[in-house]
Amino acid sequence: MIPVEYFFILSGLLFFIGVFGFVTRRNLVAMLISVELVLNSVDINFAAFNRLLFPGGYEGMFFTLFSIGVSAAESAVALAIIINVYRHFHSDQVNSIENMKL
Amino acid sequence: MNYSDFFKMIPEASLVAILIVLFVADFATAKTEERKWFNPLASVLLLLNTFVCLLPMEAQTAFGGMYVTSASVDVMKAILSMGTFIVVLQSRAWVEKSGKEGEFYMLIVSTLLGMFAMMSAGNFLMFFLGLEMASVPLACAVAFDTYRKNSAEAAAKFIITATFSSGVMLYGISFLYGAFGTLYFEDIATKMQATPLTIMGLVFFFSGLGFKISLVPFHFWTADTYQGAPTTITGYLSVISKGAAAFTLLSILFHVFGGMMQYWHVLMMIVVVLSITIANFFAVRQGELKRFMAFSSISQAGYIMLAAIGNDWATSVASLSYYVLIYVVANMAVFTIIAVVEQNNGGKTNIDDYNGFYQTNPRLSFLMTLAMFSLGGIPPFAGMFSKFFVFMSGLNGADISTTMGAWSYAVVFIALLNTVISLYYYLKIVKAMYIKHADHPLPTFQSDCNSKFALAVCTAGIMVFGVFSLVYEWIAAAV
Repeated sequence: MIPVEYFFILSGLLFFIGVFGFVTRRNLVAMLISVELVLNSVDINFAAFNRLLFPGGYEGMFFTLFSIGVSAAESAVALAIIINVYRHFHSDQVNSIENMKL
Repeated sequence: MNYSDFFKMIPEASLVAILIVLFVADFATAKTEERKWFNPLASVLLLLNTFVCLLPMEAQTAFGGMYVTSASVDVMKAILSMGTFIVVLQSRAWVEKSGKEGEFYMLIVSTLLGMFAMMSAGNFLMFFLGLEMASVPLACAVAFDTYRKNSAEAAAKFIITATFSSGVMLYGISFLYGAFGTLYFEDIATKMQATPLTIMGLVFFFSGLGFKISLVPFHFWTADTYQGAPTTITGYLSVISKGAAAFTLLSILFHVFGGMMQYWHVLMMIVVVLSITIANFFAVRQGELKRFMAFSSISQAGYIMLAAIGNDWATSVASLSYYVLIYVVANMAVFTIIAVVEQNNGGKTNIDDYNGFYQTNPRLSFLMTLAMFSLGGIPPFAGMFSKFFVFMSGLNGADISTTMGAWSYAVVFIALLNTVISLYYYLKIVKAMYIKHADHPLPTFQSDCNSKFALAVCTAGIMVFGVFSLVYEWIAAAV
């Protein structure tokens, strides 16, 4: 059996890759993909903890399923909004959609 | 499964009923040109829902502990329901022009449903679903003016930060699950002890909700989203969404992380001081009224979370609920006036546009002044009492001879100093309206009767809630 630490390290790496991508990428779709990485690291965490630490119940598995569903709904809305942004600004770069500033 | 559990969640059930009624009403009359009755229908239903929330109900749990109600949650639900009623009331002119009545009311009611579910959650899964149910439709509502550039930009910033923050929050929750093996609030609370894992969980979790309340290190989306969103939605975001998230944060801090109080007290103190101070300094230099209100709302969020510095749940939640109630009426008064001025004068929302407003629209400027005084906390109005109660609950149990107690006093003192700064920028608006001279002030106009009614409700709230102590006593007795 793979020890739980390995999963923890994997999910931690994935989480921080996601955060790094979110901070450095200047493109809305790429930022959305980075957020999905963060959410996937959460799913790995829940599934691994459930399977290896608390095999009695299924709470972690259920949480993973719900989290996948909710993040799909979120990305659908986010993509719709990004398409709307693209129609207005003809770009999905973050620095080109800074219409409102002091 | 026991279906009778649904009878225990009356406020949610009534909101679902409202959703169904609105949905049917929308598609049954989709081909009709004029739907003047839609707004009164939605307003009346929401008003009824407020009374449903006020029905006395005993504290109980449903669905195996997933759903928990208590008197304090019901009070907060009634307050938020009333606030949504005001939002819907004043939205009429704008929504009817957009021609998308059905979508708007359904989005608003479903976000409210999500917030209700979030506030009475007894499990992190339920909490997460409620949070998402509140924030996804809210993003759609921010993007409601699809033809406006700013609305699209605001919505993009909102949804991207909302998903990111919920991802960070879930990461924290997964730590808690790894530490305790359960997601039920009650079970976690009994096992709670401060280990590095749970402290990390607390911090990640807190940052997720901090985004929703827009406390300072997590506030970057606020200004742009508030400025770009339709004015009605900005009002909704700044009072209802913020109030629900603040209540939930307080409730989870006390009920789940109760055993780690010395850790999150420090966290809250830092965040509160930062929110109030930084937001105040940014608010001083704003020239756009909605952006200005965004920074003002960040600083108000700091005051709201001051309740979490105390260590007594009953006083903290009573003062937080009372603060949110006063904040709802005062802020909605301001946003109603902004919306009315915007609609009658071709989208003017700069502070300079209000120069000489008193000469042409004396009554509106008087109401705006009342609301600003209340937000700033000038004595006869409600805002002063809500600030007083929050300060009091923040100092609850603080002993000045201990280090933590002294820090509590210091935080409250800084907050007190900041009310003076906030008074400066709230009075700047009043000064623009009354004292500054303008060659071409905004012309005199008549606001529509719905906005008048909403303003009447808000003003009555500002006056009555402040003068009569009954309201606070009622809240304090209920919780």
